[in-house]
Amino acid sequence: MELINNIFISGANLIRNILHWIGFGDVFTNLIMSVVYFVAIAAVVTFNIIIILWIDRRVSSFFQERLGPNRVGPFGLLQSMVDAAKLIGKESIIPDAVDKVVYKAAPIFIFTVTMMLYALLPYGQGMSAVNINVGILCFAAISSTSTIAILMAGWGSNNKYSLIGGMRTVAQVISYEIPLCFSMLGVVMIAGTLNLNEIVLSQGKVWYVFLQPVAFVIFIISALAELNKSPFDMMEAEQEIVAGYHTEYTGMRFALFFMAEYANLFVLAGLGVTLFFGGWDGPFLPSWMWFMIKTYLMILFLEWVRWTLPRARVDKMMQFNWKVLIPISIANIFVTGIIIKLFHII
Amino acid sequence: MALMEENFETQEYKINLGPAHPSTHGVFRAVLTLNGEEIIKSENHIGYLHRGIEKLAESRTYAQFAALTPRIDYLAGALNNWGYVVTVEKLMEIEVPERAEYLRVIIGELQRIASHLILISSTCIDLNATTAWMYGFSAREGILDLLEMVTGSRMMPAYYTIGGVMDDLPLEFIPAAKKVIADLNDRLNDVDGMISGNEIFLSRTKGVGVITPEKAIEFGITGPNLRAAGNAYDLRKIAPYSVYDKFDFDVPVLKDGDCFARFSMRILEIRQSIRIIEQAIASLPEGPITAKVPKIIKPPIGEVYNQIESAKGILGYYIVSDGSTKPYRLHVHSPSFVNIGIFPEIAVGMYVQDFIATLASFDICLGEIDR
Repeated sequence: MELINNIFISGANLIRNILHWIGFGDVFTNLIMSVVYFVAIAAVVTFNIIIILWIDRRVSSFFQERLGPNRVGPFGLLQSMVDAAKLIGKESIIPDAVDKVVYKAAPIFIFTVTMMLYALLPYGQGMSAVNINVGILCFAAISSTSTIAILMAGWGSNNKYSLIGGMRTVAQVISYEIPLCFSMLGVVMIAGTLNLNEIVLSQGKVWYVFLQPVAFVIFIISALAELNKSPFDMMEAEQEIVAGYHTEYTGMRFALFFMAEYANLFVLAGLGVTLFFGGWDGPFLPSWMWFMIKTYLMILFLEWVRWTLPRARVDKMMQFNWKVLIPISIANIFVTGIIIKLFHII
Repeated sequence: MALMEENFETQEYKINLGPAHPSTHGVFRAVLTLNGEEIIKSENHIGYLHRGIEKLAESRTYAQFAALTPRIDYLAGALNNWGYVVTVEKLMEIEVPERAEYLRVIIGELQRIASHLILISSTCIDLNATTAWMYGFSAREGILDLLEMVTGSRMMPAYYTIGGVMDDLPLEFIPAAKKVIADLNDRLNDVDGMISGNEIFLSRTKGVGVITPEKAIEFGITGPNLRAAGNAYDLRKIAPYSVYDKFDFDVPVLKDGDCFARFSMRILEIRQSIRIIEQAIASLPEGPITAKVPKIIKPPIGEVYNQIESAKGILGYYIVSDGSTKPYRLHVHSPSFVNIGIFPEIAVGMYVQDFIATLASFDICLGEIDR
């Protein structure tokens, strides 16, 4: 039991010990270890994207009375692999009129941002690639930079549909970042720490979803907006602006945008689980397994919302954000603060 | 602040919505002049699906052309077929037996439901309600199966012949039809529950693309779009052709004239069509299914215009006969072509998103516009 629980940590320690035994110094060992962490994260990202893609397809087909992919591998599990292989084999066309540097940099940039977010998540007891004291702050800071990558793609493509998509993204993501951060703030106030691992530990008695239900609802809504999922998928609304910011991308460059989107789904679901559902904390099973189970349940919930609701209107969506979500989230912070103060007095 | 506004330069730009665009329902092209996302000017460009069907008619006999008519509006094939044969019958003064008229009504109304389901589904997909879209299409599938059972073709049923219909109903049709109608009612309730009360859907469609009753008449809009704008004008009620005067059904009218009215109009009309089909099946008379028509159809010299209420509006056929076996000239007055005329007028001031919603709610069929 203890072995399974700590399998990844002992693995990492083993590699560290081997490096010491070979005779590397401390600095060099740390350097190699960060490469090892990076490879591990890359493996987690790729594996999760493939699973999430499969869930996306099968769940949506279940909702819509279709069969979904079921030919390649058992239950169509290998379909995503085949798609990835196909996309790698495709020619990556670079149109003449694009701004070449920006155009090429955008997909790399957006995927890098996502990878950085994966490093912060606590996957299990003591299982963060980077365990820092300002985890949430770092998370919010990094995730907001993905806006720049999308704007780069929209502007660099030199296509009007891409530009509309890019501009919509900037408006939407920047606005919805505010309620997202405010909803995290309620949790931070109760936990008294910005460290994601400590937030998980402080939820030993009761999950924050029960203490902060309003913050949770705001978190879910703004997460959908951050993820470009329906009802907030304005930026790549295929019925309106063809494919939004990635209209001009083909082959693996397109695949990077596509993968970043699904990778982000996992990250935000994981953050939601960490903040509101006790993270990796749970009885009987190993901690990393609890984290995965909770995160995938969260992903299923997001998929359910996404496949049910139609797309909102751009102006109504912005009004909803500025006139409803932000005031409520600020009020939530006030009420939380007052209640915490009252508790201290008692 | 004032300084910034003075130095802030904006630029209008043009965008080609179509002919290859995910939500122009085929190959419709609108050239939009945009200021940000607001439409300043919109122009209709059509003709990308022109197949020269009217010219083809001049080199085919009257009976041969009947098989081409479902291609005009491929979403409501049987109704186009019907409109044509009725026009030739009017020219030749043929009396159609009563059983044939009942069969025509049953197939025609089934086709009308299938066409309306397309609008419901495509409005949903254009507003990204993907699940409701699949629900609509799976309901349509049952109706297409019924059409295939009777006419032998899912999409292009050349079932109506000059003087009657091609074949009688198969024995298993009536129980199958009852089952499909029961399923369809369930499905409509599903879509109603999922979409019609949805706050997001309402905000996308209510008050968007409003057409006033006067404007609708001014631009010659017909069919469900006209009735959704507050005019109770339905040829089946006002000038009953075939045996429509024997059925008890209502003409639903909505006042708003916006996208939501046009969407809910289709659901109301499907419910009325179901009533008509149920009555027609219950009171189906016995008798021959086709009139006595000469083997070679040679109408007398003259010209004729006749119109029926198709799924998208008033569908008219104008035929000039020179007494030979082929029409001298044939013209199709197609409802979609007339209906899209109002787009440049109502698009001004809309956002691109609203334009897509309006386009979806109009139920245009490019096959019918370009012919």
